[in-house]
Amino acid sequence: MPVSGSEPYDLAVIGAGPAGLAGAVAAADMGLKVALLDASAHTGGQFYRTPHPALGAVRPEALHHDWSGYADLRGRLAQSRIRHLPGHHVWSVTNESADVGATWAVHAVTGADGGDGRPVRLRARAVLLATGAYERHLPIPGWTLPGVVAAGGAQAMLKSGLVLPGRRIVVAGSGPLLLAVASALAAAGARVPAVVEASGYLRYARHPRALVTNPHKSAEALVHGTALLRHRVRVRMRSAVTEVHGTDRVEAVTVTRLDKNWRPAQGAGRRIQCDALAVGHGLMPQIELATTLGCASRSLPDGTRALAVDRLQETSVRGLWAAGETGGVGGAALARTEGELAGIAAAARLLGRLAPSGRVRALQRRRDRMRAFVDVMAAAHAPGPGWSRWLTDETEVCRCEEVTAGRIREAVEDLGARDARTVKLLTRAGMGWCQGRMCGAAVACLAACGRADGLPVERRPLAVPVPLAVLAGLDDPDGKPAGAPSYRPST
Amino acid sequence: MARTPADLVGAQPGPPFRITFDGRPVTALPGQSVAAALWAAGILAWRTTRNAGRPRGAFCGIGQCYDCLATVNGEPNRRACLVPARPGDAITTQEGHGRAGLGV
Repeated sequence: MPVSGSEPYDLAVIGAGPAGLAGAVAAADMGLKVALLDASAHTGGQFYRTPHPALGAVRPEALHHDWSGYADLRGRLAQSRIRHLPGHHVWSVTNESADVGATWAVHAVTGADGGDGRPVRLRARAVLLATGAYERHLPIPGWTLPGVVAAGGAQAMLKSGLVLPGRRIVVAGSGPLLLAVASALAAAGARVPAVVEASGYLRYARHPRALVTNPHKSAEALVHGTALLRHRVRVRMRSAVTEVHGTDRVEAVTVTRLDKNWRPAQGAGRRIQCDALAVGHGLMPQIELATTLGCASRSLPDGTRALAVDRLQETSVRGLWAAGETGGVGGAALARTEGELAGIAAAARLLGRLAPSGRVRALQRRRDRMRAFVDVMAAAHAPGPGWSRWLTDETEVCRCEEVTAGRIREAVEDLGARDARTVKLLTRAGMGWCQGRMCGAAVACLAACGRADGLPVERRPLAVPVPLAVLAGLDDPDGKPAGAPSYRPST
Repeated sequence: MARTPADLVGAQPGPPFRITFDGRPVTALPGQSVAAALWAAGILAWRTTRNAGRPRGAFCGIGQCYDCLATVNGEPNRRACLVPARPGDAITTQEGHGRAGLGV
């Protein structure tokens, strides 16, 4: 397996979004030899996704907030000696040393979708996990129709490819991302007949201290709110899209009022004509690389699980740091703060000297202030137990294996399944290509019959699909893969 | 007010090129993923499911959901939202697991 001549690195940073970039440049500034790996061809992560340079965007910042923060990090990366490795899909991190925490191996496959089959193994004395998050989804009758897209997915495709899924797009689900998505879609020329939010924003008012100490968040909401007003987008609170209509693609949606537990009101909802639906119910930390290594995790107020980190962003496993959404979803500014803190802390440890205490304290104060706000946000938008009332028995819950809500209910009510794993074994829900990333939250909730147990710890030994030849090549003393892979495994 | 995403960012893309979807010509811009080029042409589905044969296209848009799997130049199970479109690419609808020829 190819091993770079410059190895081992002091620090391997996985993920080149705001947290990873900030961590990499902070550590490099203190003198560490840093490798920065990311699946994408460009830095920025999902938040700062930008049009491909060949699209010649003169004003990429028109699709973003807080662009200067990213521009600064990108400039510092360009001037640094950090080895940026784009197109690297990290599928595992392993501890290669008998001395715990001494040396880590980062395993990746290369290519736009990891399909080149070229395996890479890179060694580092410490690792910073900045793998971000992906969206949480709750199924809706008809949500597998073409034209139903993830809210963040619609934004990602717009930011990177300058395309829209339709001309008239309803945005629905829960969480502040919906406002950002709706204003971006409207600014890019789509009609957005409604933003449908299952929670309300009034719950924020119960936490005046968190609001007052985070004025940038209120300002952000104001920017989106003003943009939505300008585009005449109506925001419907305490409502949900409870059915998607169409035969081969989206033609309309039904919007129904919800009570405070997200139980839909009886009777007919309001039908809205549209040719696309962008839907999402918050974000989930992407933490499988860490949980496989035994890192402790914690439950968040919205029922998702994040990595537990200490005051200096180190996980429960020594030598393994985490920053940004992996520690709980909180946005780009928080991710930058935590990334810098982690980079400084890792550098101080490896160099055997004290971290600059003034800077560390300032970063910790900023982090704590923002974390207090995101806890309020997570609680305000946590799915209520009543959402499953909008499912019919025919509603597909697992998109990959086409497992319906009826089959999951049968597994729970008739066959005694009480957790997502048992449901999976009985129905194949979560056993397909995406390994439960799309349906896991919903299946766990259905299995728990509405009990607020939170999500189970995600354990996926392979974080991304890996050709079998890459795995076979791991034991090859020459380190060469066992020939060009001709078979792509499906999981 | 911007009428298109390209207007919004003042895009000045390189020369467009041609790919095909199930034999029909589709215009793509350099830098677009296969999924983005298909969306731009109004095509939202390029896969049928293994059991019910239902149409699917890009859902999550970031490489996590695998709904966007397509057959690209004869190779099935490529994630269309991640794979860049290249001149002359032949995209074909992926049926089921995309390995009908193997009889599995």
